[in-house]
Amino acid sequence: MELLLDSIFNGIAIGSVLLVAALGLAIVFGLMGVINLAHGELMMLGAYTTYVTQLIFKLPILKPFYNWYVIISIFLAFIVSGVVGIILEKTIIRKLYGSPLETLLATWGVSLILQQFVRSVPLSYGSGLIISLLIGMVLPLFFPTKIKESIKFKYYKLASWSFATLIGILSAELISSLISKLGRASSRNVDVTAPAWMRGQIEILGNTFPKTRLMIIIITLISVIAIICFLNQSAWGIRIRAVTQNRQMCDCLGISTEKVDVITFGIGSGLAGVAGVAVSLLGSVGPNVGGNYIVGCFMVVVLGGVGNLLGTIFASFGIGIMTDLIGAGRLLNIWPNMPLSLSNTINFFATTSMARVMIFALIVIFLQFKPSGLFPQKGRMVES
Amino acid sequence: MNTKNIKINGRLKFIFWVLLIAFVVAAPSLLPVFRLNLLGRYLSLAIVALGVDLIWGFTGLLSLGQGIFFTLGGYCVAMYLQLNSSSEFPNNIPEFFALYGVKDLPFFWAPFKSLFFTLFAAWLIPALVAAILGFLVFRNRIKGVYFSILTQASLLVFFNFFNGQQKLINGTNGLKTDVTQLFGQMVGSELIQRYFFWITVFLVITAWFFSKWLIKGRFGNILIGIRDDEPRVRFTGYNPVLFKTIIFSIAGALAGISGALYTVQSGIVSPQFMTVPFSIEMVIWVAVGGRGTLLGAILGAVFINYAKSLVSEALPASWMFIQGGLFILVVTTLPQGILGWLYSESPRNLLQRFGFIRKIKTYPSLEINKNGES
Repeated sequence: MELLLDSIFNGIAIGSVLLVAALGLAIVFGLMGVINLAHGELMMLGAYTTYVTQLIFKLPILKPFYNWYVIISIFLAFIVSGVVGIILEKTIIRKLYGSPLETLLATWGVSLILQQFVRSVPLSYGSGLIISLLIGMVLPLFFPTKIKESIKFKYYKLASWSFATLIGILSAELISSLISKLGRASSRNVDVTAPAWMRGQIEILGNTFPKTRLMIIIITLISVIAIICFLNQSAWGIRIRAVTQNRQMCDCLGISTEKVDVITFGIGSGLAGVAGVAVSLLGSVGPNVGGNYIVGCFMVVVLGGVGNLLGTIFASFGIGIMTDLIGAGRLLNIWPNMPLSLSNTINFFATTSMARVMIFALIVIFLQFKPSGLFPQKGRMVES
Repeated sequence: MNTKNIKINGRLKFIFWVLLIAFVVAAPSLLPVFRLNLLGRYLSLAIVALGVDLIWGFTGLLSLGQGIFFTLGGYCVAMYLQLNSSSEFPNNIPEFFALYGVKDLPFFWAPFKSLFFTLFAAWLIPALVAAILGFLVFRNRIKGVYFSILTQASLLVFFNFFNGQQKLINGTNGLKTDVTQLFGQMVGSELIQRYFFWITVFLVITAWFFSKWLIKGRFGNILIGIRDDEPRVRFTGYNPVLFKTIIFSIAGALAGISGALYTVQSGIVSPQFMTVPFSIEMVIWVAVGGRGTLLGAILGAVFINYAKSLVSEALPASWMFIQGGLFILVVTTLPQGILGWLYSESPRNLLQRFGFIRKIKTYPSLEINKNGES
């Protein structure tokens, strides 16, 4: 019994990383039908945001608040990945709705560019670029209605964009002069160190638990609750769900589907950024960090059934628990005197990579019986 | 098309073939050894691109797991070469087995001592694996994006498996072939490599004609039908599962041949061939060259890889930018690829816009919707 509890704890720890990573994907893929292979790279941006925030909070002015930089970096990562995601939607993905395979290929191209961008552009200039994009996009929203409707609005927009560019360049120069580490481009992995209160172990029900894992579980929990509340309670959330169900009808009823698309994609990407913060707490951060998670995330979404968050939650914890059961060879402990051939098989799969093999194989087998996941969408379409 | 055009076309084709054959025969003496080897490798990649074009361009199945079959073919050939040049090692088995304390050859490697068996296994095994995988997936009507994701997941399964099995296949180090012997010659030697180049060219052309033959007849029509409207094909009384499985396993076989040729020319096969980016790159070649055009797949594979090696030599960091940009550009603006664009009306329109060709006063033909609907 205790062993089972052990497994469940570890499984939840593994599954919560998967869940927070797959949550954004579930929204983008499930609600919009867009395959975003750049999701992993958006996670990477979130992880790098944590790193940059950490270095900024080491500056003498902000030193007193250093303990709380992780909390702030969650919001920053959401904004950074969200901004990049919105730009992605507005420039590329918008042209490709209805052709998911093309989207898949285009977003793969984006992911290559983002990876190389992180390698060959100094992080300070990257953050400057993000800052200017953010200001340039947000500033026009705050203009008074009179200006917005005037014929000269585009000149005002131009002015605000040039202002944003200026701010971006200045902040990039400021950051690289203050923190020389960020002023150089490097393809080496960087490390995020958790503040003192997050290091060490904690004891729950007789199990020792790293505090960072607990932090990740909390981050996951908050994101899940926030996203469920958003989708179910807020006006935009309800619009998003409505567009998912019937796009044409929403268009007819005066819901701006374009805006809904942008918001959905922005939120999905922002959640990828939050996942990036979680990932950065687990290991070192590099340009390829997202690639390790992306396929796992897709498996979670496919296993859970497209278009509902409940399935995503069940699937990620299920995969997490199974990974722990197989990868640590726990079945042997539960049933010590099993036949030799069976125990040999279990030992064969009791490594991290072989557990992955087993999990994917199990998922493929599972999909033989339930092709559209744990919680399929009900419908009578031929295509469904 | 009138008779005059056909005559000119025939003559052009004849000249094209003469030039091609002349180049292929002369290439080993014209090009430096290094470049020749690269060309041979890229030509062998053209075969896998043909397979991708068959399943994606004609049947509409975007597989991101062709690397599995590619690598399987590579391992078959590499193991044959290793087994046949390991007589001086203890137990007559390849050297790496001793490193992990393996005394006997694993049973499934035993048949690979024969050349005859290997030549068949290199494409039959990938084809079988593809058929099984494809059947399991298609039977449940998993298609579109889900198919892509599942193939990618299977790719990772195979990658992790091959990466972790030191005792069976030397794990992450892979199998080397360039220091092995074939007919008493080093495989890495210039002479053998030249023969491999010619074999590759021959097989590329054969595969091209085979694919052409395949899509020309009724079989090809059904494939295109599946791509454009699968339920309708089903309702007409055909079983799409069968056709999809067949074409997927043919693509797997082509990938196996391609992997075998690539392995002997690059000197090593390793699980690195099964990484996710490499399999997606295969799709890129077809997308850029022109999907649905077989020639486009071949040209795309060769030219993009050549461009890759040239750019990477000059500016190592910029290739990823160029590749990503090319990808986005092709998908958003040239969905039919470069060759597909050339075949369409667009180049004519472009020339007309700049005044190189006189505009036709009336419409050339009525807009008949070829698909018959919407």
